[in-house]
Amino acid sequence: MGVKLLLEKAHVEGIRYYDVYRREGGYRSVEKALKTMSPEAIVEEVKKSGLRGRGGAGFPTGMKWSFIAKPEGVPRHLVCNADESEPGTFKDRYLMEFIPHLLLEGLIVSSFALGSNATYIYIRGEYAWITDILEQAITEAKNAGWLGKNILGTGFDCEIYVQRGAGAYICGEETALIESLEGKRGNPRIKPPFPAIKGVWDRPTVVNNVETLAAVVPIINLGGDEYAKIGVGRSTGTKLISACGNIKKPGVYEIDMTISVEEFIFSDEYCGGMANGKRLKACIPGGSSVPILPANLLLKTAKGETRIMNYESLSDGGFATGSMMGSGGFIVLDEDQCIVKNTYTLARFYRHESCGQCSPCREGTGWMEKILKRLDEGKGSMSDIDLLWDIQRKIEGNTICPLGDAAAWPVAAAIRHFRDEFEWHVLHPERCTTENYGLRHYADPVYVPA
Amino acid sequence: MKFNDIQMQEFHRLVARYPEGKQKSALLPVLHLAQESFGGWLSTETMDYVASLLQLKPIEVYEVATFYSMYNLKPVGKHLLEVCQTGPCMISGSDDIIGYIQEKLGIKPGETTADGLFTLKTVECLGACGYAPMMQMGKFYKEHLTKQRVDEIIAKCRETASVNN
Repeated sequence: MGVKLLLEKAHVEGIRYYDVYRREGGYRSVEKALKTMSPEAIVEEVKKSGLRGRGGAGFPTGMKWSFIAKPEGVPRHLVCNADESEPGTFKDRYLMEFIPHLLLEGLIVSSFALGSNATYIYIRGEYAWITDILEQAITEAKNAGWLGKNILGTGFDCEIYVQRGAGAYICGEETALIESLEGKRGNPRIKPPFPAIKGVWDRPTVVNNVETLAAVVPIINLGGDEYAKIGVGRSTGTKLISACGNIKKPGVYEIDMTISVEEFIFSDEYCGGMANGKRLKACIPGGSSVPILPANLLLKTAKGETRIMNYESLSDGGFATGSMMGSGGFIVLDEDQCIVKNTYTLARFYRHESCGQCSPCREGTGWMEKILKRLDEGKGSMSDIDLLWDIQRKIEGNTICPLGDAAAWPVAAAIRHFRDEFEWHVLHPERCTTENYGLRHYADPVYVPA
Repeated sequence: MKFNDIQMQEFHRLVARYPEGKQKSALLPVLHLAQESFGGWLSTETMDYVASLLQLKPIEVYEVATFYSMYNLKPVGKHLLEVCQTGPCMISGSDDIIGYIQEKLGIKPGETTADGLFTLKTVECLGACGYAPMMQMGKFYKEHLTKQRVDEIIAKCRETASVNN
């Protein structure tokens, strides 16, 4: 069993409610932080912990916090990004639904560290019932004196509010989220200025992912140095992985970033192996935006080393032969899955979610969807494959926000690793609608875990 | 068109979360409230009413209402079935579920049954990939969908409707 820092108590009955959560040792980090530490000392501990943003970008949290501007007389805000929308990702939902007080605890400590007296949780609109769970938890915490005025007699005031979005993937991008929080369309802002200088209502703002803020709790309880001892290299602490697709046990798992990808997929402690006795074909290991990998490159790097479930190892080989940790949305595809169709649904997703501000993304995502649709239906031509490659290259890096890149990468990786499957669709317009291309050479012919 | 007292109370609770003069921030939650309160969709009249409450220009409300996919700009049936069709759901069989619902209800995505009971909509990733295939119905998710489960859900809706009639 790996170390569990976030989900250790997830299965305690009634942990969703304050009394049980408190009885199980909850809110200790608030007592420790508010009574014995300065805001600067908390930021220091988070820096020492090596915690990296769990939303997908992996930016060091302590460093992000240290950028916040502190102009005299201007309020600052912490905003929790709960707009979990990256296909394959459902870990924040699990945390908020089952242990909402862990998030609140992390939010109170982090609000104290950043000087935020009004902290907002921006949650995706579809998570309507979780909004109620969070509001209930906030009321409980407030009644118990962990929120409101003069918390624990320290003079620190803090309120937490939940705001529902209304269906827009783009609002997971922090400046789009801020626009949305201000009651506008979710169009990302041009940076600089960064939110740390001018965020919500032009005030200094820090936006962090749910899991990132929950991880502040064990960091304060253990101390930054102890937290950093868990994991390996720059992948410190634990990471929540939401596993889905053609596996026996889809769900949310906490890993300590030292286990191999193979163990994660095939051991009973995690995914439990492939469903229905099928064989592993491919995997998108970090949410739909990250490059898809064929089984042989997923389990071992191009150098032949065992691939590990952490930031460094998953990206080993760059985009040529590697992928990314991303959000931890782990999508497993078996031998019956069609890469062209899968890529088409993702392209359709990004076309639907493009905010429309930048032409390369607005137009490019639409063209990619159209071309992939006709390839999927056996109506494409060989030149379509090159055209797709060309379009994705012209989107990447040419947009205000990373949605353009996020739309380009899955298409690029699918063509890079599975070009023969795309060509097969062109060469066999009839067969491709009823048959599958299968495994071919995507898995190691000698060793294919079944 | 006006919020009743309870809805008005909720409106004030929402606006009070934001700093003085920043009431526009309450727009998204207030539009949710308005949609729930006035028949499940946002008519121009509803949007104008929200604009007047928040002291905004109507265009500020229209541009937001048209951006976000959860706001319905046309009337919808009593039950809105929003079935996810993105990658992880697709590889878990969402196409079959969408096909089955179409066949069962005799409507295509975007359409409403003649009795006004169901509207079918295909949507993009709702964050339930591990529990696929799935759909959203009102406030809740219906997960691990099978044809049998779809039958049960639809039968229950019809039963409730006939009791209420």
